[in-house]
Amino acid sequence: MTDPLADPGVTRAEFCVVACADVWHGAGEIMASPFGTIPALGARLAKRTFAPDLVLTDGEAALMVGAPPIATPPAELVREAAMPYRSVFDVVWSGRRHIMMMASQIDRTGNQNISAIGPHDRPKVQLVGVRGAPGNSVNHTTSYWVPDHNARSFVEQVDVVSGVGYARAAAAGAGATRFHDVRRVVSNLGVFDFETPDRTMRLHSRHPGVSVDDIVAATGFALRIPDDAPETRLPTPAELDLIRVVLDPGSARDREVRS
Amino acid sequence: MADKRTTVDDIVGELRSGMTIGIGGWGSRRKPMAVVRAICRSDLTDLTIVAYGGPDVGLLCAAGKVRKVVCGFVTLDSIALDPHWRAARQHGRVEVMEVDEGMFFLGLQAASWRVPFLPTRAGLGSDVLSFNPDLRLVRSPYGAGSPYVGDPADADVELVAMPALRLDAAIVHTNRADPAGNGQVLAPDPFFDTLFLGAAERRFVTTERIVADGTLADGSHPLSTVPIHRMLTDGVAETPGGAHFTANPPDYGRDEAFQKEYAAAAADPAEWEAFAGRYVLVSEDEYQARRRERQDP
Repeated sequence: MTDPLADPGVTRAEFCVVACADVWHGAGEIMASPFGTIPALGARLAKRTFAPDLVLTDGEAALMVGAPPIATPPAELVREAAMPYRSVFDVVWSGRRHIMMMASQIDRTGNQNISAIGPHDRPKVQLVGVRGAPGNSVNHTTSYWVPDHNARSFVEQVDVVSGVGYARAAAAGAGATRFHDVRRVVSNLGVFDFETPDRTMRLHSRHPGVSVDDIVAATGFALRIPDDAPETRLPTPAELDLIRVVLDPGSARDREVRS
Repeated sequence: MADKRTTVDDIVGELRSGMTIGIGGWGSRRKPMAVVRAICRSDLTDLTIVAYGGPDVGLLCAAGKVRKVVCGFVTLDSIALDPHWRAARQHGRVEVMEVDEGMFFLGLQAASWRVPFLPTRAGLGSDVLSFNPDLRLVRSPYGAGSPYVGDPADADVELVAMPALRLDAAIVHTNRADPAGNGQVLAPDPFFDTLFLGAAERRFVTTERIVADGTLADGSHPLSTVPIHRMLTDGVAETPGGAHFTANPPDYGRDEAFQKEYAAAAADPAEWEAFAGRYVLVSEDEYQARRRERQDP
């Protein structure tokens, strides 16, 4: 097995995988829905280690057995139950899910945008659309993955509130806040949470090799910075082995986040 | 039992400009593309398209058929964004009613069940409510004293009242169907096709192959592969390859090379004209011949 402490070569992408995996710590028997290569690796790593009861989909219409390598051809996946899109809403609205969505923009209070940049009636850039983000964010735990942390992705106020943040949920009332839980934001630079008195974004940990100044410079709003922001934890030797040898021998992770 | 067999052209002949039309499938999967192509060739205009959007939306926008789209997204799956849809939006050529994809499901369900709305948390706090100012909230009539309030947080709670999405017509595509109007989906996800049909005045199924009545579930396929029953259907048209270039397993997968060419045609008007001349403004038979030719030259 690789010893990460003796091996200086733990990559940024590998720190990101571990940071993503950790959002599902203690999640129990719920659906983990990762978007992006590194969150997909994180969910599989979590399931193979500290969160064995996690439920993963095959990306189509079924729940799959185990946590196979991410490049596994669909024909080789083993499935345990049907999960067509209509049933996904049963899961979403029951709350038995922790999704990690991507965000073209994310803001200080945890609003996410995947709909459009610029005015909505005639966008400067049309993105995919709000998709399930409004419903996801007020029905079950939601985290975000931003592989390119910069002042255009971490903004003071998103252009279109797709996923709902803390201030907007509070303003919308008990129907929105009852199951609202924007848990973490993982980027290529660090990990962020909303565990502040006013539920604005705080630096949770910085990835090794990234300074607080780097993060502040890449963020388009006043981030809460704790006095002693820790570094994102190292992968254990077993985790590093799973990432490198089992789950992603083709290093797809390095194409999403470069070191 | 009525024989509901018809043709793609006769289906399109029943549509009118200005109608609200639901299109089944999801993204670039099992879309009734033969009908979409026929609409592009027709003189229909000013349509409102209701869809889990894929190249159906992009193609109809590029052909200038669309006034408004009701959707939660438009994607080509293997290509994240449909450039024809992006162009139409970024030039302000189409209106959009953009809703959460679960709200969309409830809108079809409400229309299908003949109720004016269904309540949901989805949409609360988001800009879906800002951008659709006619959407309303509904307050639960069950207050703190009610025997029906289990969770105290639900007393008098305000939720989104997702309105029924009523359709003038709906079109879905299946792997098999029978003349009576039962429809079979051999892929694992029937998507929301039954709800599109349930929400519509006029209901059409196109299919890869029509088989004899009563033979869809013949032992090799369980009854659960036949989600569309004949009470949901007014017409059935056989149109092999009718979902091309979207994915329609197990009959065929997505034609990725063709989809790339479709997406690239958004680059400029000349590219689109060349693409449309070759693949849109031709008969379905001609279209199928040309796409077979490029797949097996």
